[in-house]
Amino acid sequence: MSEEGMNKDNISVESETQEQPVKKTASTFRLVMTLAIAGTLAGLLIVMVNQHTKPIIDKYKAEQLKIAVYEVLPGIERYTTYYLVNDALSLTLPEGAKEAEYKRAYIGYDTSDEIRGVAISRGEPGFQDIVQVIFGFDPSNGKLTGMKILDSKETPGLGDKIFKDQVFVDQFFAGPETPLVGVKIGAGKGNPNEIDTITGATISSKVVIDIINHGIEEWMPVIDQGIPQEPKQ
Amino acid sequence: MRTTTPSQDFIRGIWNENPVLIQMLGLCPALAVTNSVANALAMSAATFFVICCSSVLVSAFKRFIPNEVRISAYILVIATFVTLADMMLQAYAPAQHKELGAFIALIVVNCMILGRQEAFSAKNNVFRSLLDAIGTGIGFTIALVMMGGFRELLGTGSFLGVSVFGPNFEPWVIMVLPAGGFLTLGFILLAMGYFEQRKKAKTALTAEASS
Repeated sequence: MSEEGMNKDNISVESETQEQPVKKTASTFRLVMTLAIAGTLAGLLIVMVNQHTKPIIDKYKAEQLKIAVYEVLPGIERYTTYYLVNDALSLTLPEGAKEAEYKRAYIGYDTSDEIRGVAISRGEPGFQDIVQVIFGFDPSNGKLTGMKILDSKETPGLGDKIFKDQVFVDQFFAGPETPLVGVKIGAGKGNPNEIDTITGATISSKVVIDIINHGIEEWMPVIDQGIPQEPKQ
Repeated sequence: MRTTTPSQDFIRGIWNENPVLIQMLGLCPALAVTNSVANALAMSAATFFVICCSSVLVSAFKRFIPNEVRISAYILVIATFVTLADMMLQAYAPAQHKELGAFIALIVVNCMILGRQEAFSAKNNVFRSLLDAIGTGIGFTIALVMMGGFRELLGTGSFLGVSVFGPNFEPWVIMVLPAGGFLTLGFILLAMGYFEQRKKAKTALTAEASS
């Protein structure tokens, strides 16, 4: 009760600005209960809305990814998702594992069920935030087949040219050899692995090149170990 | 306490006490996400939703919120609605959600919203709190769309994504960069100050003439 007595002094000062001049001091229990009840109700509300919106969000993300895979692997008929489990490709996840925790490779096949390319999604820090790139390459010769920026917060007008500058983007679809080397426009020697960087967005362009090089470095040995056969439908 | 009519409650937030242009509240989103009209509109819509819902709820439950924890309670209410707005934007307007990024979550700490709860909703009935929130929300929208319009028009030569100046226009890249936000806000405030000054001088002049 001594606590209430202490609080009374504070309240009498504040109550001048209140609508009702006489206000009882609330007990600690009531303060805790108010916030606890409010927090519980807020949590319930959020869960309800989340259950409604999550399927829509997931569906949209899956669709965007699907479109991107077909874009960076031109000429494929269908693709299969493989997971990186214990440094090897696997069609299935270990028992009880969470899908989001495993890295994925999307392997694209043409009409005659031949492997046409592998698509990898990978993110690395750019000039502002993580740049998320999906790129496709042909595992038989290491040539790139395409690149698409999935997510980037690079500077509008400069860094965002990594996906708005069609000339820059087209270079990745022209089948350059890997590892890629970024060069200034006009400074290239005509090697098949050169990519002209964007003037004014050198860091952003180099990030894209680095992501692709690191991604291929990481996945090539895994793919060389062999791709497990798909179960016959 | 000052008494106001419901229509004054409504108009106040739009003009006399515009949150961004007069009170200088909510400047962080006003500067950060106004590089295009579409972004400004999405940000305004999310803020509008949050401020209206929070004001109604705070006003309805003001009797049950002990004075000592009122700020925590307001923030809890605001944060809940921000989370809802965040999830709904992500589901129904994913392109805008991607552009706005972290700024949606940062509506929680927009002092414009907390300010309205503390200054108005906690002392007035639900109807007047809602009017006040709608007014403030519209005022915020006007300020953001004004800035977004200027910046998109000069920075990319388009309005809401539709090209205005044609292909030969060289965009002023600086206008869509953060510096452009400060410049635009500065010029808008300059213009408002100029007209305010002229208005004052005019009333002073007529008062002098009539005496």
